[in-house]
Amino acid sequence: METLNGAGGLRAFLRGLPGVDQVGAEERAARLATRSVKTTAKAEAIDLAISMVDLTTLEGADTAGKVRALCAKAAHPDPADAAVPRVAAVCVYSDMVDVAVRSLAGTDVKVASVATAFPSGRAPLEAKLVDTRAAVAAGAAEIDMVIDRGAFLAGDYSKVFEEITAVKEACGEAHLKVILETGELVTLDNVRRASWLAMRAGADFIKTSTGKVSPAATLPVTLVMLEAVRDYRAATDRQVGVKPAGGIRTTKDAIRYLVLVNETAGPDWLSPEWFRLGASSLLNDLLMQRRKLATGVYSGPDYFTLD
Amino acid sequence: MVFEYAPAPESRAIVDIRGSYGLFIDGEFADGHGEPFKSVNPADESVLADIACADESDVDRAVAAARKAYEKVWGPMPGRERAKYLYRIARLVQERARELAVLESIDNGKPIRESRDVDVPLVAAWFFYYAGWADKLPYAGFGPDPKPVGVAGQVIPWNFPLLMLAWKIAPALACGNTVVLKPAETTPLTALLFADICRQAELPPGVVNIVTGAGETGRALVAHDGIDKVAFTGSTEVGRQIARVLAGTDKKLTLELGGKAANIVYEDAALDQAVEGIVNGIFFNQGHVCCAGSRLLVQESVAEEVMERLKARMATLRVGDPLDKNTDVGAINSAAQLAKIRELSAAGEAEGATAWSPPCELPAQGFWFAPTVFTGVAQSHRIAREEIFGPVLSVLTFRTPDEAVTKANNTPYGLSAGIWTEKGSQILWTAQRLRAGVVWANTFNKFDPASPFGGYKESGFGREGGRHGLEGYLNV
Amino acid sequence: MSDRLAVRKTYKLFIGGAFPRSESGRSYPVHDAKGRFVANASQASRKDARDAVSAARKAFGGWSGRTAYNRGQILYRVAEMLEGRRDQFADELRRAGASKQAAAAEVDAAVDRWVWYAGWADKLSAVAGASNPVSGPFFNFSTPEPAGVVAVVAPDSPLLGLVSVVAPVIVSGNTCVVVASEPAPLPAVTLAEVLATSDLPGGVVNLLTGRRAEIAPWLASHMDVNGIDLTGAAAEHVRGLEEEAAGNLKRVLRPGKDAWPDDPGTARMTAFLETKTVWHPVGV
Repeated sequence: METLNGAGGLRAFLRGLPGVDQVGAEERAARLATRSVKTTAKAEAIDLAISMVDLTTLEGADTAGKVRALCAKAAHPDPADAAVPRVAAVCVYSDMVDVAVRSLAGTDVKVASVATAFPSGRAPLEAKLVDTRAAVAAGAAEIDMVIDRGAFLAGDYSKVFEEITAVKEACGEAHLKVILETGELVTLDNVRRASWLAMRAGADFIKTSTGKVSPAATLPVTLVMLEAVRDYRAATDRQVGVKPAGGIRTTKDAIRYLVLVNETAGPDWLSPEWFRLGASSLLNDLLMQRRKLATGVYSGPDYFTLD
Repeated sequence: MVFEYAPAPESRAIVDIRGSYGLFIDGEFADGHGEPFKSVNPADESVLADIACADESDVDRAVAAARKAYEKVWGPMPGRERAKYLYRIARLVQERARELAVLESIDNGKPIRESRDVDVPLVAAWFFYYAGWADKLPYAGFGPDPKPVGVAGQVIPWNFPLLMLAWKIAPALACGNTVVLKPAETTPLTALLFADICRQAELPPGVVNIVTGAGETGRALVAHDGIDKVAFTGSTEVGRQIARVLAGTDKKLTLELGGKAANIVYEDAALDQAVEGIVNGIFFNQGHVCCAGSRLLVQESVAEEVMERLKARMATLRVGDPLDKNTDVGAINSAAQLAKIRELSAAGEAEGATAWSPPCELPAQGFWFAPTVFTGVAQSHRIAREEIFGPVLSVLTFRTPDEAVTKANNTPYGLSAGIWTEKGSQILWTAQRLRAGVVWANTFNKFDPASPFGGYKESGFGREGGRHGLEGYLNV
Repeated sequence: MSDRLAVRKTYKLFIGGAFPRSESGRSYPVHDAKGRFVANASQASRKDARDAVSAARKAFGGWSGRTAYNRGQILYRVAEMLEGRRDQFADELRRAGASKQAAAAEVDAAVDRWVWYAGWADKLSAVAGASNPVSGPFFNFSTPEPAGVVAVVAPDSPLLGLVSVVAPVIVSGNTCVVVASEPAPLPAVTLAEVLATSDLPGGVVNLLTGRRAEIAPWLASHMDVNGIDLTGAAAEHVRGLEEEAAGNLKRVLRPGKDAWPDDPGTARMTAFLETKTVWHPVGV
């Protein structure tokens, strides 16, 4: 496979991937969305989903105070119930990494940082690398980079590939999540190609979206990405994680993603190590549903902290 | 981790199954003069109800009621009035959708997901669609004032009991005919619930009559002098017998019979969707589908990859309780059908093909057959030629498009076929050459009231659905 | 010239574009309206019927694969050639008993009918096909296609009747085996000569003369025949032929339906058409 890495070879490889029929993929995703997950299965799924959340704040208005509050929530999502698992990570801009790292010291919650001129990715590679290195130096365990969608859509796959490898190198020990921004790639064929491109360039995770572009994560897009990581592992023995992000707000949504993982990539991906849900408001809905299952009574937003 | 879905059974409480059911003749439920029989839940072999059996005298009364309704009420009624009755029925089906779906799954064994998401919505859609035709027949292309045929005798199978009823009754009534319909003996319950819907719709008595019974009842109906048209869906063998019975008469006939569809996967197919289409093609409704994609023709260059993906996908199929909302494959409809599937499957192994099924635990009670795929199948094997009507797929390979088409057409049947390729011109080239009435390209097992359905060759004649579906019920 | 001995025509079968005698070696005398001997016609056997079916099957792929426009052109060309043989046909019709005027009128009507059907070749799809508005992201269309090999039991009207049953069968791409009028088969053989010298591929029309009651059952029961037109079958034979036809579920056009002398509609064409419906997703 390595011999295909020249620009022409890479293009030929990506274009040679089996196509994706949009209607068929959407139909499959919609059918899996009808799975009925209730009672004990629902309770397990909610806890699993909580443990997979990358609790995210990515606003220009973010402050240290806001990030600290988010970190507290990440480590103890429901202060009233110690049995609630912690989330997987908090996800912040690179300049907030040190705040987050300090806030989460002594917990298992990881700090993830977006980097590489997030969300547009429109900056010189050098700037992207500086951004990445700064986040890693500040203690980020995970880097969420964006790909150059312009280059991808222009067919300059090798530029995208080289940027990812460069960022991967800058990451050092940190895990690299590659954001495809599928809402801008538009077609599922592109999603599959970008997935393979990112994996071959060294991505540890492939991630749907920045959350700044609509549509963000969708079930069909995630389905195609899950098929890609499944096929990639079959071809290379290397497992890559998947992270849908943006637009996942309800417990029902989250469980649908878990069903998708379960029946597409398989149970090997059903852990925070291999699957994440990038979200902010989702967490409270999961907590509310969790309490409903435990008490039998519907809860309300006033009973859960905003952050 | 292992993500087990807890049981998610749909409640049976919505359905009230009575201890016994009569015939529906002239708007009333009546006893039959044949020996009553039992309808059984194929998922656990429990008896659901005693069903009246119509003998010749009962068929006689039903036909007489239909004749009277045709001459006095339904035939003379303006199309726009007939339309409104059909719209009413469509709405009632929607209102009672859950009840119909649950009852269908109990009586037939099909997964509630399918009866709820496919069968019942299509039933409502069928009545809506043909309701609209009732007052527009002069525009259908059969002349300025097309007339109904008269009384239609309709015999339907057990695989889609309510949907096949809709396929038969909706166009018949829209065109101004009245009907005597015989549901299959293993699945009469939703037809009898439909009779109740006719009453709720205040459909004039005699327009729809339902006579339950087995083959004898069906024979009495199709041979009855008082009917003008026979519509039958079922096996090719019975279709042949009916065609012989009708020889030399003026009765109009449409037949929708067996199939052995080829599902052709070219090397450039969108493989994940193709695999999904293969699964949907053969395991939908336990493979109890006349148009099932029971012969997979896969190009040799991708055969191995397709088989790997297919097996992985089959391993995720959930077989079991039809009423569980997460069930993908339900129960085989009857002991007799299970025996037939087992017999052909054994023949496949005896002839040298290799069977594979995913590990799956089948319930101890009821009629069950694990999803099965046969590889190493030759054209000459029985499992490549005979309709199994079960969750059994035969895989054959081909090298060139010509070979694919030749193999696909090498069957006395010609109901449906599938094509999977990302190359548009190859789709059209293949579709043009396939001798089959329905060709699904990059999809499979799709049905719609606006879309004509029916076969070439021994898969029958006439079309159901769309404008074409009117022809069988008009005197043209 | 009265002392010149006329060269008589041998009337043979028409199978696969060739004019063989019956393999059985049999023939039967054809008489004119006054009972005078006119000629011997071949008396086809079951084996001739079998050969005719295989010729028709062989021709089916090519003929149905032609463009509709091309089929229309070829059939129109046949009409042009019929026109050129008007006198010969009129002569044969007169020998079969028609008056001079009636014979001429029948020939004219036959040519006109052939032209009428020829024009249908590239219009049937528009009239009998459809694009169907299904509820979902699919493009769905239905096209009429020929049923395959059709057996035609022609009525006794030796030219207009024959043309009226043959043209609608082949215009859509079917190929056929025709059992000609038993008492008046000669115009059928002359029509075959026209077809043989037109651009119609051999095997599209195969023509048998002889005993209907002998040949028709073999065609009705033949498992490689897809449809049968019983227009010319005797009333007492219809039931038996239909029973035979049920063996492989042939499409049957019963006698009395769509009577050929009437102004034709599309029914004779649609009787031997299959509707094929193709689905394809609409997506990016």
